[in-house]
Amino acid sequence: MTDIIKAFVTGGIICVIAQLLIDYTKITPARIMVIFVVSGVILGVLGIYPAIVEFGGAGATIPLTGFGNTLAKGVMKAVNETGLVGVLTGGVKAAAAGISSAITFGYIMAIVSKPKLK
Amino acid sequence: MSKKLTKHEYQYLVEKTMPTSRGLRNVLAAFFTGGLICAIGQVFLMGMKELGVDEETAYMLTTVIMIFLGALLTGLNIYDKIGKFGGAGASIPVTGFSNSIVSPAMEYKKEGYVMGVGARMFLIAGPVLVYGIFASVVAGLIYYLWVQAM
Repeated sequence: MTDIIKAFVTGGIICVIAQLLIDYTKITPARIMVIFVVSGVILGVLGIYPAIVEFGGAGATIPLTGFGNTLAKGVMKAVNETGLVGVLTGGVKAAAAGISSAITFGYIMAIVSKPKLK
Repeated sequence: MSKKLTKHEYQYLVEKTMPTSRGLRNVLAAFFTGGLICAIGQVFLMGMKELGVDEETAYMLTTVIMIFLGALLTGLNIYDKIGKFGGAGASIPVTGFSNSIVSPAMEYKKEGYVMGVGARMFLIAGPVLVYGIFASVVAGLIYYLWVQAM
């Protein structure tokens, strides 16, 4: 139960940061999403984001910063294993399941469903 | 002072009073929406660990499940309502990433399956992937040089 509350609070706080940026700056939501993924990569490489995952579990991995962290984790692992080639393979390899499922489920849902009449 | 406000005065008053109340409402809605989505993900994660799935795979499958749910709820026209209520609380979780793929793809289906669905899917997901992957390559290169120097 504690882990669920920790996930709730961690995910909630990350989303609040994004909401504050949307409300009090002129940054568009699409740019916020880009900024969050890139921030996740940077915090991931610095070893800060893994500590947040340690605490918040899914609350840290489900927000887009967690996607960035997955990219960072993957590229570092690949560099450790295969050297320079890993720079190009690691990130996408680690994020492959997320990217492929987003494209597959996204495509199927877009094909079978109808947009709401406006 | 007259009771009737001119359009200009009214607009000024609205702009002056709106941000604080709306700001707090938005922040609370984002906290609860984002928190709830992550809590649901945590339940899936713990359930899988309980079943003996290793940690890394459990995290990965949790993301996949959330992406599926985001796509499904978008297709059923439910996620847009969650988005309207939760703001960033709905768009920042990976379910929102999924929503950003399905939503324009549905909308532009009439433009065809290649340049409509195929291209518009990445209206927002495209930039996220471009900058995310590019950042990972830059980070990887810096990490590689750092490891070499050590």
